[in-house]
Amino acid sequence: MSILLDKNTRVIVQGFTGKIGSFHAEDMKRYGTNVVGGVTPGKGGQTHLGMPVFNTVKGAVQETGADASIIFVPPPFAADSIMEAADAGIRLCVCITDGIPSQDMIRVKRYMRRYRFEDRMTLIGPNCAGMITPAEAMMGIMPGSIYLPGRIGIVGRSGTLGYEAASQMKALGIGVSTSVGIGGDPVNGSSFKDMLELFEQDPDTDAVLMIGEIGGPQEAEAALWARDNMKKPLIAYIAGLSAPKGRRMGHAGAIISAFGESAQEKVEILKSAGVTIVPTPSSFGETVAEVLSAMTKAA
Amino acid sequence: MDIHEYQAKELLSRYEIDIPRGGLAYSPEQAAYRAREIGGDRWVVKAQIHSGARGKAGGIKLCSSDHEIVEAADSMLGRTLVTHQTGPQGKLVSRLYIEEAMDIAREIYLGFVLDRKSERIMIVASSSGGMEIEEIAEAEPDSIIRATVDPGVGMQDFQAREIAFGLGIDNALIGRATQTLLGCYRAFVDYDASMLEINPLVVTRRGDLVALDAKMSFDENALFRRPHISEMRDKSQEDPRETYASDRGLSYVGLDGNIGCIINGAGLAMATMDMIKIAGGEPANFLDIGGGASPDRVAKSFRAVLHDRQVETILVNIFAGINRCDWVAEGVIKALREVGVPVPLVVRLSGTNMEEGRRILAESGENIIVAETLAEAADKAVAAWRSFTAGKAA
Repeated sequence: MSILLDKNTRVIVQGFTGKIGSFHAEDMKRYGTNVVGGVTPGKGGQTHLGMPVFNTVKGAVQETGADASIIFVPPPFAADSIMEAADAGIRLCVCITDGIPSQDMIRVKRYMRRYRFEDRMTLIGPNCAGMITPAEAMMGIMPGSIYLPGRIGIVGRSGTLGYEAASQMKALGIGVSTSVGIGGDPVNGSSFKDMLELFEQDPDTDAVLMIGEIGGPQEAEAALWARDNMKKPLIAYIAGLSAPKGRRMGHAGAIISAFGESAQEKVEILKSAGVTIVPTPSSFGETVAEVLSAMTKAA
Repeated sequence: MDIHEYQAKELLSRYEIDIPRGGLAYSPEQAAYRAREIGGDRWVVKAQIHSGARGKAGGIKLCSSDHEIVEAADSMLGRTLVTHQTGPQGKLVSRLYIEEAMDIAREIYLGFVLDRKSERIMIVASSSGGMEIEEIAEAEPDSIIRATVDPGVGMQDFQAREIAFGLGIDNALIGRATQTLLGCYRAFVDYDASMLEINPLVVTRRGDLVALDAKMSFDENALFRRPHISEMRDKSQEDPRETYASDRGLSYVGLDGNIGCIINGAGLAMATMDMIKIAGGEPANFLDIGGGASPDRVAKSFRAVLHDRQVETILVNIFAGINRCDWVAEGVIKALREVGVPVPLVVRLSGTNMEEGRRILAESGENIIVAETLAEAADKAVAAWRSFTAGKAA
């Protein structure tokens, strides 16, 4: 049914007792996520929202058997929290925090490489809306009701633009296997290509929608990987057609600073790799529907 | 965040990087006085603006007398310099930097950037200094040397030496060049820079290695731990619309069009601007209202957008996740009643509490054009803007 996350995933919340952590812990639980506790240093031993609080991620893993963690820790301390999760043997970590310094993320990525590939934590984000496997579990801040369960994988940088896509699909009766927000930062945990690899292997995903934007090399890298390795159809949109060069459009990573980083250039690269392009942000639903009906005809 | 040349040089000089003797001046008299202090018989008067390519715009002048310095300073101060990096509105010159002139034997390009592909700090160097890196990449691509630094151990001496030898620097200066490169790396890391450029780094006829120009930008996400850098912010170099918005905690970028945008989420904001363009309009701004858009924050956003006198229509597009549409709707009504919106207003609400939000708008009795989809919102905004401008012309 999904990649990375399902109803059996045992989730802890880092930054559990804060206002934002508490709000989303309850919201995720309500959706059906198996939230088993949380971490707030200094508050270990307490009970919060009916769940145990731990001082350390290691302690939480030992006591609850958690294999996933979602982070709502403020930016100055968030990189430390990600590394703590990686060291405690967490398999999947979603970092929602927006505003982590780039050099902290460089250190986090370097730190994660101390673990062998098989043992390495999958990091989603930071600066993202998280991920959802509809009707099973949600590790994020999205409105769960806009996702219909189904067989299309979604991976995007932006939260709200992902909502727009999912709700256009829902209006046409098209559902989602898993939707992943990889976040808007220049240095992030998982890339578009990392997620395409997982969707390609997932027996319950038939096609993938990739929602990219200006800045950075990841969309082009994903397109080339898909051209050579992907059998499932890939559909893509790139936001930022009207963004001027050298201006940061909200996301720390949304800035055209080199050749090949503008929306127009990325669309050309994707097209030449055989990717179906969503022509406007109001046609996510119909473009996915067209690709699906072409697949049915071919089969 | 960008800083001025003189500020970057002052930072770099703490890291054993040689810079020409120089001083800051705010008036022509001060400029001449500074030149006396510095000594010598040739000086350069440099306009301090957040832009490269100042020379071609008349922002850098070589002088050899008091009289020439006063004249050069007088011609620059208070002027708006337009370079290809400033945009057509240009940047105001309110301070000058006076430096001793150097006898240049050769010019080198040296840059440090955050490389997103390797996710490391990358050094970019070229023996063809003086030109912009884009020009070097075009004209002398083989002259460019690149190296990345392992963040676990930092930049090593051998890496700096390899680059220095690669640039063809004389044996006698290899030690200085190595120190310069390592110093730049340390400054980059210590201050959370996002870009550092010395162009040109010059070898003088006397055999010194000197940073003739210096440019630094900093990671805004890291400013919380760099108060010394925050202090260097010069608001006179920013778009006043953006200063107004950023002082109020809003993520805003000013553009050239007439349709003001208030949107939640950077991706949806970019997509909505794209949709406006596809519908035949031009966005006046990017504005991400962020999560938790309280009525007060919505009202603030209206003020920021209307601060731009070019705005002739406003489009609000909210897809509420953490946000709630009823809250946003209340904010819109509050803005209409308290701020006053003298232009057409198109609102599209979707997501959490959507029906409640739409009901609040409908029952308010205010003149609001409501749209249900993104395409409809963009079309209605462009149509409203056309009839508004037609009405103004008539």
